[in-house]
Amino acid sequence: MVGANNKPEETDQPEVMIEVSVWRGDAEAGGFRTYHVPSRQSQTVLDIVTYIQRNLDPELTYRFACRVGMCGSCGMTVNGKPRWTCRTHASQVISNGKLTIEPLRNMTKVKDLAVDMTPFFDKWVEAKGAFVPTKTRHDEIEAIKPDSKERRAADAAVECINCGVCYSACDVVAWKPDYLGPAAINRSWTLVNDPRDGAQAERLKVLASDAGCSNCHSHQSCATYCPNLLNPTRSIAGVKRRVMVAALKGEV
Amino acid sequence: MTALRIYMAQRISAMIMVPLVFMHLGMIIYAVQGGLSAEEILGRTRGSIFWACFYGLFVTAVSVHGAAGIRVIVTEMVSLRKGTADLLTYGIFLLLFVMGARAVVAVTMP
Ligand code: SF4
Ligand code: SF4
Ligand code: FES
Repeated sequence: MVGANNKPEETDQPEVMIEVSVWRGDAEAGGFRTYHVPSRQSQTVLDIVTYIQRNLDPELTYRFACRVGMCGSCGMTVNGKPRWTCRTHASQVISNGKLTIEPLRNMTKVKDLAVDMTPFFDKWVEAKGAFVPTKTRHDEIEAIKPDSKERRAADAAVECINCGVCYSACDVVAWKPDYLGPAAINRSWTLVNDPRDGAQAERLKVLASDAGCSNCHSHQSCATYCPNLLNPTRSIAGVKRRVMVAALKGEV
Repeated sequence: MTALRIYMAQRISAMIMVPLVFMHLGMIIYAVQGGLSAEEILGRTRGSIFWACFYGLFVTAVSVHGAAGIRVIVTEMVSLRKGTADLLTYGIFLLLFVMGARAVVAVTMP
């Protein structure tokens, strides 16, 4: 508790401490180190990691930027589950006064809690997650009706912050490292539904490839853990339907 | 075999199996409730083109479905070369098909 003069309030209560095990190491080796962090009101998991780095162990490496759930850089595995740490309240996840914090799964560790997200973003490019325009500045702007089926499908999937939480939660990515994964296919699905895009045929070919949508088992870990409450499983199911129809027509 | 083809083979075989499974279950209940003996059942299935086609289709769909499913599980657990995975898939299909076809022949040949 912080008092009006910004100093901790004097109370008779002994300070409650959280036992935090943090994974320290790199791609080759590592293990857990335990720290004791004072419990605070409205404390997030990122606050705890920051407390450790500022007060207990300045060598601890981790990644964050916005602290408000916008940038998608603070993903970590907290008590075994992938989460955005800046918007995960410690009180929601602490069990028996303990917290375990590890790097995200399915990505190579760089140091401590920071992972290499390059393959994750490369797969966005591979899945043709960039819009390919078909018009020039001299053409009329194409009107897209907000309540059209395509626009609604794209809207439902578009608010992704690229945090990699779903990618880390997906067992198929763990088993088949080439699999594009939920985030990249979810992104592609928004473009599959964009009538202005000029790369539909190429995109469907990638989505139909051995790295594509048919790897997904629809077991919904991605949808369970996506902090933005997106449902990549539903997007992938949509892609599967499109790809099946295209395959039956001999287009992919 | 591409991942997509295997995926499609598995979904389509599943669609074929759904009504067949229900008919098969219905048949079992009918035979048990009606107290049919083995001879009476065989008396109806032997020489019947309908039952030969019904169970022939069932066995084919099961063989495709099982072979595709086992391939997916195995290739997720161990890394196989494509040729090896294809061989495994055809092998499992053949095994299931031969075992199933023997049963169909035994029950439906006059
Ligand atoms: S539903 Fe598909 S993409 Fe999502 S976690 Fe499961 S296998 Fe991965
Ligand atoms: S779909 Fe959700 S979990 Fe996956 S990267 Fe986007 S915001 Fe993160
Ligand atoms: S720090 Fe930006 S989303 Fe958590």
